[in-house]
Amino acid sequence: MHYRSALARVHGLGSAKSGTSHWWMQRVTAVALIPLSFIIIHFINTCFETNFQQISEWFASPLNSASMIAWIIAVFYHSALGLQVVIEDYVAHEGSKIILIWSCNLFFSFLALLASVAVFRIILIG
Amino acid sequence: MAHKNDRPTSPHLQIYKLPPTGIISISHRITGVLLSFGLIFFVGLLLSVAGGPDSFETMQNLMRISLLQLIYWGFIYALFFHLCHGIRHLIWDAGQSFDRETMNRFVMVELAASILLTLVVFVFLS
Repeated sequence: MHYRSALARVHGLGSAKSGTSHWWMQRVTAVALIPLSFIIIHFINTCFETNFQQISEWFASPLNSASMIAWIIAVFYHSALGLQVVIEDYVAHEGSKIILIWSCNLFFSFLALLASVAVFRIILIG
Repeated sequence: MAHKNDRPTSPHLQIYKLPPTGIISISHRITGVLLSFGLIFFVGLLLSVAGGPDSFETMQNLMRISLLQLIYWGFIYALFFHLCHGIRHLIWDAGQSFDRETMNRFVMVELAASILLTLVVFVFLS
């Protein structure tokens, strides 16, 4: 059944774009972040209190470094998805909206990359 | 066309008194945006470890400033609040507990749980 006019479909406006996968991935990353958050908070607290050697050893454990990489992937994805919704809700102008969402996605992708490179550097050198 | 002005307007945010569920809902969004910005500091922390013992020590000295410690624990509380209300969203997504009493009760549960989790982490994981 086609409820929309041919012109509306050609314009590709409204629903049936990629809304479902956006919504779904927001939930999948949210669930992943529940246990990972505790590990990362513990890591940050350790960073403030122990010496450099102990942090290097923390990263040497595969379970820890894998958790760190998993957190980086999930948290930056989750943030970018969430900020996209906020931008879509408050920015009415179509052009500004698209530019803001793109900038936001690029910025968070770069942050995720920067964090990953830092982790690999710590693992290889630390 | 004159009668158009007599139509009821939707309650404006400055006038409309938000119910507890509404305050919690907007707080979820605000904490989400704040936590996204907090990720920049998280990347900074990883970079300080990747930079070696010297930059790591600089970061540790910086984090001894009480104001920064206070901001850090503010972020941790924001994270737990966001996590608790996030679980609430997952329960809603499962299609459950939309009645008013349950929603209002959950407001108190979320607030209590987020404070409790922050305290537990402060005592046991730091």
